[in-house]
Amino acid sequence: MPVLARWIEAAGIPTVTVTMMPAVAEERRAPRIVGVEFPFGHAFGVAHDRSTQRHVLELALRVLAGASGFGTRVDLDVEWPVPLREAYRAWQPKEPSPIVKKMLEARANAARS
Amino acid sequence: MQVDSYRFLPRSFRPLYEGRGAFPGEEHPVWAPFEKRLSASRIALLTSAGIYLKTSQPSFDLDGERERPEWGDPSWRVIPSNAKPEDFAVAHLHINDEDLLADPEIALPVGMLRRLVEEGVVGAAAERQVGVMGYQDRRLKDWRETTAPAIVGHLREQEADGLILAPA
Repeated sequence: MPVLARWIEAAGIPTVTVTMMPAVAEERRAPRIVGVEFPFGHAFGVAHDRSTQRHVLELALRVLAGASGFGTRVDLDVEWPVPLREAYRAWQPKEPSPIVKKMLEARANAARS
Repeated sequence: MQVDSYRFLPRSFRPLYEGRGAFPGEEHPVWAPFEKRLSASRIALLTSAGIYLKTSQPSFDLDGERERPEWGDPSWRVIPSNAKPEDFAVAHLHINDEDLLADPEIALPVGMLRRLVEEGVVGAAAERQVGVMGYQDRRLKDWRETTAPAIVGHLREQEADGLILAPA
């Protein structure tokens, strides 16, 4: 996603990437970054929580329109309201993705041999 | 306060993301200045949550990904700003889609953007937003050669002055 932002930016359209992994977006050299400490799939916050969603969107707009230069990163100081262990389980798919399944099988095979 | 970028990531996945540096050939700064006032600008949104319109658009190709786990569907969808949340479906094998289906605003906040337009904070919202499925082949060949140029063409057609991207 940060790389897609770069390609769009390079074509002349300013971008901001709202991400739960802002350190990775920095490494991938995204032009403008807003960091959120939210579980995957929830870039703008908790479902139906309009107040947090508004905070994130307004911060994204401020960084998009007002960042002074390449690599600007601003993190949102909002804590996810659900306990970590529960939130960690809740965002994950009900069954492992194909690539995770493949990695788990490879690990099991390596352990057997 | 700095966000912990790995708080919700399984520990064994961390090396797949951390310390890998820039994408090859993408080390240099890229910068398009945002020149207008926000209140005179048209803003577009892009989500990588795999959102599509269930009655009029094909799903992202999940069977293809099940056959080739390193591959992800590189295509993209146009999501009209006035689409109803109940028109949305989600095709993404790497996240739980329950919250997304209950409230798509958590990935594509078209309603909140509209509210900010009504309040005069933002000039206008693009009429047609962009949906992709974020799990992609590591080399990103199709995204670079086909999808990104097509999205740029779409954003120009929409006269978007800026884009907010939100990964899933």
